[in-house]
Amino acid sequence: MNVIVSNEGDVFQIRLEGEMTIYNAAQIKEELISAMAQGVNSHQGIEINLGQVSEIDAAGLQLLALVKREAAEKKLALQFVAHSKAVMEMLDLCNLAGVFGDPVVISPV
Amino acid sequence: MNLDEALHTFIAESRELLQNMEDALLNIEQSPDDVELINAIFRAAHTIKGSAGLFGLDSMVAFTHVAESVLDRVRNGELKIDGGLVAVMLSTCDHLVEMIENLASGREPDADIAEKSRAIVSSLNEYLGGAAIMSTSVVAKKELEQSCTREGGGEVETDLWHISLRFGKDVLRNGMDPLSFIRYLSTMGDIHHVVTLLNAIPQTSEMDPESCYLGFEISFMSEADKATIEAVFEFVRDDCMIRILPPRSKIADYVRLITESPEEDMRVGAMLLRCGTLTETELEAALRLQRGDGSEPTRPLGEVLIDAHMVQQPVLEAALDKQKQIKEQKSSDANLIRVDADKLDELINLVGELIIAGAGSSLIARRKNDAEQLEAMATVSRLVEEVRDSALKLRMVQIGATFNRFQRVVRDVSRDLGKDIELLISGAETELDKTVVEKIGDPLTHLVRNSMDHGIESADVRVANGKPAKGTLKLNAYHDSGSIVIEVSDDGGGLNKQRILKKAIERGLVTDGENLSDREIYNLIFEAGFSTAEKISNLSGRGVGMDVVKRNIMALRGTVNLDSVEGQSTTVRIRLPLTLAIIDGFLVGVGDSTYVVPLDMVVECVERAAWDNAGGDGQYLNLRGEVLPYLRLHEHFEVEGEPARRENVVVVRYGEQKVGLVVDRLLGEFQTVIKPLGKVFNRVSGIGGFTILGSGDVALILDVPGLMGQVVTGNERSAQNLDSMRMLN
Repeated sequence: MNVIVSNEGDVFQIRLEGEMTIYNAAQIKEELISAMAQGVNSHQGIEINLGQVSEIDAAGLQLLALVKREAAEKKLALQFVAHSKAVMEMLDLCNLAGVFGDPVVISPV
Repeated sequence: MNLDEALHTFIAESRELLQNMEDALLNIEQSPDDVELINAIFRAAHTIKGSAGLFGLDSMVAFTHVAESVLDRVRNGELKIDGGLVAVMLSTCDHLVEMIENLASGREPDADIAEKSRAIVSSLNEYLGGAAIMSTSVVAKKELEQSCTREGGGEVETDLWHISLRFGKDVLRNGMDPLSFIRYLSTMGDIHHVVTLLNAIPQTSEMDPESCYLGFEISFMSEADKATIEAVFEFVRDDCMIRILPPRSKIADYVRLITESPEEDMRVGAMLLRCGTLTETELEAALRLQRGDGSEPTRPLGEVLIDAHMVQQPVLEAALDKQKQIKEQKSSDANLIRVDADKLDELINLVGELIIAGAGSSLIARRKNDAEQLEAMATVSRLVEEVRDSALKLRMVQIGATFNRFQRVVRDVSRDLGKDIELLISGAETELDKTVVEKIGDPLTHLVRNSMDHGIESADVRVANGKPAKGTLKLNAYHDSGSIVIEVSDDGGGLNKQRILKKAIERGLVTDGENLSDREIYNLIFEAGFSTAEKISNLSGRGVGMDVVKRNIMALRGTVNLDSVEGQSTTVRIRLPLTLAIIDGFLVGVGDSTYVVPLDMVVECVERAAWDNAGGDGQYLNLRGEVLPYLRLHEHFEVEGEPARRENVVVVRYGEQKVGLVVDRLLGEFQTVIKPLGKVFNRVSGIGGFTILGSGDVALILDVPGLMGQVVTGNERSAQNLDSMRMLN
C-alpha cells in the first residue's frame, strides 16, 4: 500500500494505492494521519483518491471513517474521490455512501 | 491465527467432510431411509457452505447452496433417494473436492470449474421444484408459530429479521472480516437495510487500526430458520454481541435489544426505525414500556428484562439445548488432535535410542551383579517396552478407511463396465503402519480394477455358467505372524493356466517343457509386460500394472502372490510387515557374530543333534514328518571360527513356508531398533538392516523372506549340479 501526497493547483490530494486491509492497517493509519497533517497546514480542501484501492476490508473501512470524522472535527473539507470498484462494493454493502456523503461515479457496468 | 492458517484449517476440514459425505452417499444407496446418513450428508454440505461464506468464496457458496437445498428436500421427506440422485450428489461431492484442491493450490477458480458448476447445478435443479422454497419457509413458519403461541400478542408488523451486531475488538486480529459475514448473510436472503455503526471508533490517537470497532444493524428478509442465521456468526459468537430477532417478534424483545445495546436508547430506537424493523408507534410503545408505562414511577430496567426473559424461557431453553448439542458434537471432535507425521517419526527415533541405551544399562547392571540395580533396570525395561508399543501404536491406523474408498471405485467402475458388482469388506479394523497404508492404496486400486475388468464376467456369461448375476469382490485384511495380509478376491472366471503359459512362452519368460506348479504359473502375471486379456479396455489389459503392483509391494518389504480356481475365483494375497521401525527380535550367535531374527517369524527352536544327520540328506531335515529345508548360517555368511559342537535349529515361518536356520547359540529375545543399511549394502540379500546391542556391538537383522528364496534356489541349483554330474558319469 502506498500513500502518495501531491499538491496540484488548489487541491491537496492523497492517493491510496493497493490493499487497504488488516495486514497493513497500522501502516496506513500512520501515513494517512501524517498526510492529513500536511493537508491541514496547506489550508486547502483535501481529496483522498481511492481509485487504486484494490481491496478493502473492515479495517480499511474504519480508517476511512476515522479520517472523515477527523476532518469534520477540524472543519476541513475532505472528499473521497474516484472510488475504486472494491471501495464501491464495500460502501454499498454497508450502506455508507450516504453517510460519507461524497459524490460517487456510478459505472455503467 | 491469521487468515492463511484459518484457510488451511478450512481446507483440511472440508476434505474430511467431503470424505464423510462420499462415504455416506455410498452407504445411502443400500439404506435410503437412514436418517443419520441423510443428516450426515446435509451437515457436510451445510458446514462447507457456511465456512466458504466466511472466506468470501462466493462461487463455492452459490454452488453448495443448490446442493444443500436438494438435500434439505430429502431431509424433509419430499424427495426419495435413488440411484440418479446419488450419482448427481456424488458428482457434486467430486466437484467440491476439485474446488477445494484448486483453493489449496492457491489458484483462482477457472472457467472449467465454473462451467462444471453450471452443469451440475442444472442437474441439481431438476430435483428442485418450487417445493424447495416451500420447505424452508415451513421451517421458518414453525419457528414463527412457536413464538406466537407462547408469547401472545404485541407483535410488530414487519416480516423482517432484525440482526444486531457489535463485533468484538479482536475479530480482525483473529483473521475474520466483519464484512464477509454480511456478504455471506446476503447469500441467504435479501438484506433490506444496513446501518453501519462507526461511532464506536475512538479518538484518532487512541484508535488501534487493528482492532474492530464496527457495529451493524441489519434488517433482513430470509426464509432461513434462526439456527441457520445463527450459524453464520458461529465463529465470532464468543467475543461479539449478536442479537437476532425473528420476524414478528414481541415488542418486548425489541425493548431488550434497545436496552442491551451499548449505544443510547434513542439512538438504537432511531436505528430500528431506519432499518424499517419497527414502525414509529411500535417504537413509542417499546420506549414507553421501558420507561415503565408512565404510570408507575420508573420501573427498573431489570424487571422489564426479567419479564421479557420469563416469557422467552421456553424459546431460550430450546435455543440453549441446540447450542449444547452443537457444543457436545464439537467436543467429541476435539478429542482428536492433528499431529505432524514428522513429529511422530522423531518420537519413534527417540524411543529407539532409549531402547538401545536401556539395553546398555541393563548389561552394566548385570555385570555388576547388583540385585537392586537389576530390579530397577527390569522396571525401566518394562516401561520402555510399553512406551515403545504405544509410540508405535500412534502410527497405526485402521485399514478400513482405505478399504471404504473402494466402495466408490467399485461403484463407478462397475457402472462403466456395465457389470453389477458388490464389494464386501472384512477385517476393516485391522491396523497397520500409516506409511504402509498410504503406499498400499495404488497397488490395491490396480488389483481391484483388474479383478473387476478381467476377473468378473459380464452378467449373461455368469448366468450361463450357473453363477448369480451379481459379481462379488472381497477385500479382507488380517494379522498373521508379524505381518498383515490383505486379500483381494473375486468370484469371477479365474485365470486360464494354458493361456498364461502360452503367453509366457511367447514372451520367453519360461521355456517350453519347463514343469511349473500352478502357483508358479499364476504368479507369472506379475512379470513385466504380461497381460492375458484378449481385449484391452481403458481400465486394464495393457500389461502394465501387475508388475508395478509387485514392485510397489516389494518396496514395502512385502510379498504378493495369487491363487486361482479356474471358472470360480481369483485371490491376490499381499503380505506386508506391520511396522518399519522397531520389532521384537530373537538373538542368535553364529561364531563371534550376533544376528537377529524377527521374533514373530520364529516357530520353534530344536537342537541340531536331535537329527544327527540321519533324518535328512544334507538338504532337508525331517521335522516330525515334515520336510524342512535348512540353511547353515555359519557357512552362508562365511563366519570365521569353528562351529559350536551343539548347534541349534531355529525354525522360522514366512507365509506358508518354513525353513530351519542352523545357528551356534541361542541368546534370547531382544528389542530391536531397525537401522537401515547404507547404500553400499543395497544389493546384499538376506540381511534387512542392523541394530546396536546393549554392549555397543552391531548385530545384523536377517531378512527371512530373502533367505528363504536363497535356500530354495540354492537347493535347486545343487540338485541341478547333481543331475549334470550324473549325466557326465
